[in-house]
Amino acid sequence: MNNSEEGFFFLTGKDFTNAGVASSNLKGVLERRGVRQDIVRRTAIAAFEAEMNVIIYAVAGTMKYRITDTEISVTIQDMGQGIPNIELAMTEGYSTAPDYIREMGFGSGMGLPNIKKSTDSLLVNSVVGEGTTLEFLIRLKSGDKEQA
Amino acid sequence: MNLLEILNILNASLLTQQLPLQKTVDRAYCADLMSDVLSFSVTKSLLVTGLTNAQVVRTAEMAAIEVIVFVQGKRPDIQTIKLAEEKRIPLLVTDFSMFDACGMLYERGLRSQFHHLNQEQFMTWRKESS
Repeated sequence: MNNSEEGFFFLTGKDFTNAGVASSNLKGVLERRGVRQDIVRRTAIAAFEAEMNVIIYAVAGTMKYRITDTEISVTIQDMGQGIPNIELAMTEGYSTAPDYIREMGFGSGMGLPNIKKSTDSLLVNSVVGEGTTLEFLIRLKSGDKEQA
Repeated sequence: MNLLEILNILNASLLTQQLPLQKTVDRAYCADLMSDVLSFSVTKSLLVTGLTNAQVVRTAEMAAIEVIVFVQGKRPDIQTIKLAEEKRIPLLVTDFSMFDACGMLYERGLRSQFHHLNQEQFMTWRKESS
């Protein structure tokens, strides 16, 4: 039996009122499917960090998800400024966020490291001036990556 | 620690309505940086913060945080309160500073998720988690 499910959400840059709605909806989908709570939490955290990146840095983007019996894969694609140095962006504390973003509690340079920490695999592809695609995967069977 | 005890210890007001008062928390974390909250908080915990925007409630929702306390008497706007009611996350406000609010809760027995670790264990955990 094929029990997979997929969907997607639109993300609008600078729309801080709706920042988090896509991740919240994805969280709802996982909860309805009865996915284990710690896995729901890790997915929601990674999706929210990625969603906030799009809201903060890009003009627009999409969040696509696919859930199978074994894994959750989420792809966040944006039309934005791109990341010139991905390795640097993966470093905790490195940030290019303006002050008004920091005042909102984001832009402290923990986003990408936190996504990596919360997921089982993470791929980042970026073209400066065009946009960024971020793809992460969380295995449904794994139980050993729960955060302290 | 339950919600009524927190309200009492911090002389706090409850901003959200029609949410059950029976909530309990096992741990607490305080920060104004939401990525830190997403990175280091644990489930069934209390978040003490000075930030009052809607992203705080969203962060709590994603991180499965049970209760939020705003310090220094800072109140969120009505949309943020409504969002918290929708997500069933009680919002509290206290006039105490972040330091004093955390100190009072600690004094009454509430601890962070790191409490069981000594300094060496904490440093090891920190290295492994990054």
